[in-house]
Amino acid sequence: MSSEESTVQRRASRKSVAFTEEKLVVDADGSVTMVATPNDDTRDTAMSHTPPPADSAADGAAPAADSNPDGLDLSLMKKKKKKAKKEEDGEAAEGEAAAGGDEAIDLSMKKKKKKKATKEEDEFAKKLEALKLEGGEGAEAPVDENVQNGDMDKGTGIWQHDESRTINYDPLLSRFFALLAQKNPDHASSGTRSYKIPPPQCLREGNKKTIFANLPEICKRMKRSDEHVTAYLFAELGTSGSVAGAGQLVIKGRFQQKQIENVLRTYIIEYVTCKTCRSPNTELSKGENRLYFITCNSCGSRRSVQAIKTGFSAQVGKRRKMQQG
Amino acid sequence: MSGATEIQNLKSRDPFAEADEDSGQTTQTQEYIHIRIQQRNGRKTLTTVQGIPAKFDHKKILKVIKKEFACNGTIISDTESKGMGEVIQLQGDHRIKIRDFLVDNESGLGLDDKTIKIHGF
Repeated sequence: MSSEESTVQRRASRKSVAFTEEKLVVDADGSVTMVATPNDDTRDTAMSHTPPPADSAADGAAPAADSNPDGLDLSLMKKKKKKAKKEEDGEAAEGEAAAGGDEAIDLSMKKKKKKKATKEEDEFAKKLEALKLEGGEGAEAPVDENVQNGDMDKGTGIWQHDESRTINYDPLLSRFFALLAQKNPDHASSGTRSYKIPPPQCLREGNKKTIFANLPEICKRMKRSDEHVTAYLFAELGTSGSVAGAGQLVIKGRFQQKQIENVLRTYIIEYVTCKTCRSPNTELSKGENRLYFITCNSCGSRRSVQAIKTGFSAQVGKRRKMQQG
Repeated sequence: MSGATEIQNLKSRDPFAEADEDSGQTTQTQEYIHIRIQQRNGRKTLTTVQGIPAKFDHKKILKVIKKEFACNGTIISDTESKGMGEVIQLQGDHRIKIRDFLVDNESGLGLDDKTIKIHGF
């Protein structure tokens, strides 16, 4: 019997380790998704939220190129390019795929602009002059003004940096979102903001009990008291349990990590995220008359939340025990 | 939610706390239908449905459900459920099915989806 138990435990622990690859993500719209993240810890830190250096350099270069006249443009581009290259070299392997794509695009953009600036500078200057003289009719006549096409990444069509036509709102908007998604790969995966908590670690104790190991860690992350989360867990799972040493929670019944995750998800939606601004940066406090209030630290809104109620729970187990007890 | 906050802001005193308690509590206990799940031994489960409006005949509902879901079940009376109202208890995990049944207009009760809360994992 004892050997059996030990094997069960070992299996359970291995399972929990394997599950750590997954991340619990709460979207801005309140929906919660599971996102499988790569297993390197570096991405979990602040690095993942800041775009790679090459990107930022390119970011700075692109608008500068857009706004500056041709002569200035060239010098600026050269400087920027050098900087970007250095940083690219220094960049670590992490996130190479995304960064690589950006680099290729940026380089092509630069080449285009450089070429234009050097070879076709005179041509364009002449054209511009002609445009001014003719009131913009001569050059634009062949091109239909309503059709606004061209490759944004390659900088052709309406996206040519010296294009003088006013660009419609829609393509500009799509350009903005494309750039946003490009520079912030994290945002692209799920909504605008995501809320991440460490995955719950579930171990099996014996055959009928589940240990929820990292409850204190998760509670700290959510800024909620252990008791509150515990009460909610028990009410939702329809069981009872106790707190073992080191803040571990022992839940009666067999529960898998996924099931606990689901409950935590509903908890976060109900008691952590601000309903007004979706921010998870909130505080739960006891109000005047036995009511709990959530105060948002981001937008300052305050709302009451319902108390945790167990509701009806059927009697499970032996009847004789109930009659005696 | 936004409507509630607006009302709160309009009132200068703090009656909103009590008002919230009144409106919130009554609606939650009387209007919400809670569908819960409980674990039994092994992989057996119980589904409990609490708060089906009194205008429906619980006995008839149970009869239909038992036939449709192919499961057994009982009605737990108010006294037995310690003041939780009449509770329908079914054997097995029928949370999604019973939600659909309660919402269904043709072959079900045609209740509002928002008044139903599914608990559990």
